[in-house]
Amino acid sequence: MTHNFPVLIVTVPLLSAFIISGLSWVKKSLCFPVALLALGTSVFCAIGLLFRVLDLGVVEYHMGGWMPPWGIAYRVDLLNGLMLVIVSLVALTNLVATHRTVVADFPEKHGTFYTLYVLFVTGLMGISVTGDVFNLYVLLEITSLTAYALIALGQPDRAPLASLNYVFIGTIGACFYLLGIGYLYIMTGSLNMADIASLLPPIYHSKAVLVAFIFCMVGVCTKMAFFPLHVWLPNAYTYAPDAATSVIAPLMTKVMVYVMIRLVFSVFLPDFSFHVLHISHAFVWLACLAIVMGSLLALSQKNIKTMLTYIIVSEIGYMVGGFWLGNRLGMSGAILHILNDAIMTLCLFLAVGNISYKIRELDFVHLKGLFRKMPITMAAFVAGGLSAIGVPPTCGFFSKWYLISGAIQAGQYGFMLALLFSSLVNVVLFFRIIEIAYFEPMEPHNDTTGLKGSIIEAPLTMLVPLLIVAVSLVVVGIYSGDIVTTLIAPILPKGIG
Amino acid sequence: MEMVNSIRPLLAVMVSLCAVPLIAAARKPNVREMWTFLAAALKFLIVISMLPAVLRGSQFTYTLVEFLPGAAIRFKVDALGMLFALVASSLWIITSVYSVGYMRGLKEHSQTRYFCFFALALSATIGVAFSANLLTLYLFYEMLSLATYPLVTHHQDREARQSGRKYLTYILGTSIGLVLPAMLIIYHLTGSLEFSSVGLLAGHASKGLVALLLFMLLFGFAKAAIMPFHGWLPAAMVAPTPVSALLHAVAVVKVGVFSIVRVLIGIFGTDLLFSYHLSTPILIVASITILAGSLIALSQDNLKRLLAFSTISQLSYIILGVALLSPKGMTGGILHIAMHAFGKITLFFCAGAIFVATGKKNISEMTGIGRRMPVTMAAFFIASLSIIGLPPCGGFWSKWYLVLGSLEANHLSVLFVLLFSSFLNACYFMPIAYRAFFLRPEESMFEKGVQEGPPFCVVPLVITALFSIFLLFYPQPFLDLATMMVRSLGGT
Repeated sequence: MTHNFPVLIVTVPLLSAFIISGLSWVKKSLCFPVALLALGTSVFCAIGLLFRVLDLGVVEYHMGGWMPPWGIAYRVDLLNGLMLVIVSLVALTNLVATHRTVVADFPEKHGTFYTLYVLFVTGLMGISVTGDVFNLYVLLEITSLTAYALIALGQPDRAPLASLNYVFIGTIGACFYLLGIGYLYIMTGSLNMADIASLLPPIYHSKAVLVAFIFCMVGVCTKMAFFPLHVWLPNAYTYAPDAATSVIAPLMTKVMVYVMIRLVFSVFLPDFSFHVLHISHAFVWLACLAIVMGSLLALSQKNIKTMLTYIIVSEIGYMVGGFWLGNRLGMSGAILHILNDAIMTLCLFLAVGNISYKIRELDFVHLKGLFRKMPITMAAFVAGGLSAIGVPPTCGFFSKWYLISGAIQAGQYGFMLALLFSSLVNVVLFFRIIEIAYFEPMEPHNDTTGLKGSIIEAPLTMLVPLLIVAVSLVVVGIYSGDIVTTLIAPILPKGIG
Repeated sequence: MEMVNSIRPLLAVMVSLCAVPLIAAARKPNVREMWTFLAAALKFLIVISMLPAVLRGSQFTYTLVEFLPGAAIRFKVDALGMLFALVASSLWIITSVYSVGYMRGLKEHSQTRYFCFFALALSATIGVAFSANLLTLYLFYEMLSLATYPLVTHHQDREARQSGRKYLTYILGTSIGLVLPAMLIIYHLTGSLEFSSVGLLAGHASKGLVALLLFMLLFGFAKAAIMPFHGWLPAAMVAPTPVSALLHAVAVVKVGVFSIVRVLIGIFGTDLLFSYHLSTPILIVASITILAGSLIALSQDNLKRLLAFSTISQLSYIILGVALLSPKGMTGGILHIAMHAFGKITLFFCAGAIFVATGKKNISEMTGIGRRMPVTMAAFFIASLSIIGLPPCGGFWSKWYLVLGSLEANHLSVLFVLLFSSFLNACYFMPIAYRAFFLRPEESMFEKGVQEGPPFCVVPLVITALFSIFLLFYPQPFLDLATMMVRSLGGT
């Protein structure tokens, strides 16, 4: 059983997605329990797998018994072990937290929603677990297509267009990636990551490998919304249904950052990426630009959900920049921030989901008096905000600590300043909302209950997961030292100083 | 020096943090206040239980979690931290009594929120006092900034909103923009953030870099209200008076000053500052703040604003004393943390009592108020003497040591600043007492005979005023702690 974890983690939700799809014709109320069971199994497998990796080192699984490089190999080390845990836990938490929203928003179609949801998560798990560059592309397409569909289910007037925009740009991004691995295949005749990595070093100086690298990176950067390739993200995430945003936003971009790290670590190898190519400085400067522009664009928003989407754009800059600093501190910070940003984004979007469930409107002007109406949701929102600002002991502080330390060590003071600038802008962003929600009196017209000033908190099934996520912000923060030493430090390649 | 591993510092921090949910959940106001008092009393007892050992030269340490080598969340109770914790925890009890009188007297809204965040703020204050390294200090410093935001903006009106914005801009802007990078640069240079008695930076950084870090930390801890980062303090006076009293005369501002003293001693080290001649710029900045603060205070009519500017000026005495780098001067500076606290909290209590009893905020409206509120105004007079630095009040001791220190360090200009500022203090405090007692009231409202504020307001201010006098005759615990701290530095 434990031996099959790598494949179960993908196949269980994949098959469940079809079962859910079938069940939606028979009995709608069964869709949610099946989805819960599927993702619960994934969480179980992911955690089991992580412990197995901690005990035994790298775990490999060969599909159908075909040996690599001919067959597809699933290969789990600590990096994707951690990713699998993040993806499955976030997906499960969000599934529970948004059940009420889904039932309310899609009374007829929630079978469809859950099918897409589980398929989307399957794709993300697959991307994380696979050790094959083409298999990664296939799963990437599964993820993207379901994401397009999930987003299109949102606001009837705006979501389809936002989704279409995402389809165009996302497809171009995927094509770049496909071209990149095409070049790799031409040069090496292999699609298995480990195999490619062993064949590449003699031909590092070939132009084709350079082109392959660039195409792969452009594709991945498009998918992760790295500035200036971010244009699809804000609208898509804003107009998507709340229940979908709060799973896509924390996971999609983070998994793509993982793919970037995976390509550098296990396909092209750090030696090529950092020493043969002199590209890391360019990436760091682009990341600074992403951070600054993301922050500035967030400042100009009037809708809380749109604002958060621009914060994601800026956070992507944190991770990409931190990784390309090329030292242990920066890379640890980047990987730690994948975890932290996933929790943080989940916390913020769940809180926004609760607000939207009760208030229906997410423009700033409708948030008046919210501290009195939804104190627990707002407390969690503030916790998420503090983490985004980087106030200790929330986890956001600790990843910022590593990232800035890395920047100082690498002498990249521009990146340090960009991080500080974004922290300060986040103070403005979050306290602007806190001010509105705290100082301004409620307007009678958006008081849906008719009882002025009384508490209208979201139901418990939404609050409890939100609170768990909010508390985990602090818990993960306090244990970030242990997380870095046990989970992150061992995966960094030896040559990195 | 004996190191004792003990959980007591953590308990002292946690006790008010644990009280927060109890305060929030209490249904009846009396039960709620009981939790506050219980937490305050427990906190004080825990702090004072460590005093004898600290006076014998032991230090209590406790490591909560080691996050990186050299960067842990760790507590350490030494003489300096003890002194500050003693002041803050004892005054919390008195302020809680006063808060009950003030908040109920004015029938303020959201009292539960108020008491919750007050308890939270005290946890953070003790956390700062007992921090063993810069990371822990930063953690609690930020926690204090955020916990006091709802207190400063308690009234939730337009003015509170503006002041809250100003407060956060100054405090968070400087701590994230200056302290955080400075801390990381120090960590990068030295591989540690622990406060040591000889400093960390010696031998790790060039003079220019040390000067830059000094600048970042001196101004970064904007709670110390060193000019030009003082603007938030007068603005924060919109808070209810007990908040101004404890937080803006004692906890928040003293946390700022305490942090600066800590980094000057524990990170830079007195020897390094001395050998690089870096004390002079600090002395200049502090002197400007002292004189400018006093001069601005002269022109204030709003009593709380006057007290705010007086605080700005007095805080820099502490920085000045430590920057003198002479044993007596440093003792005086550290001692001033305690002496100023007892005097200034009395003054704020008086301002609040006057507001509760008469609704007056401006000095010009307080003509003859001494006849109506003799006890309050007598306490006010005593506390002003303490701030000016005259006997029979404790403030005399810190001024005395500061003056001796300036002579010892051969800084005659500093001596002049100290004396001139004391003169200015007298110039803005004495007219208030004179107006209150000797001028004939113009309005009939003061003719009703003696009419003091509610007893919950008057008793605390009498206690703190008496304490100011008591400290002249018995400054021992604070004086001993201050001398011990200075002696432990060795060198200089």
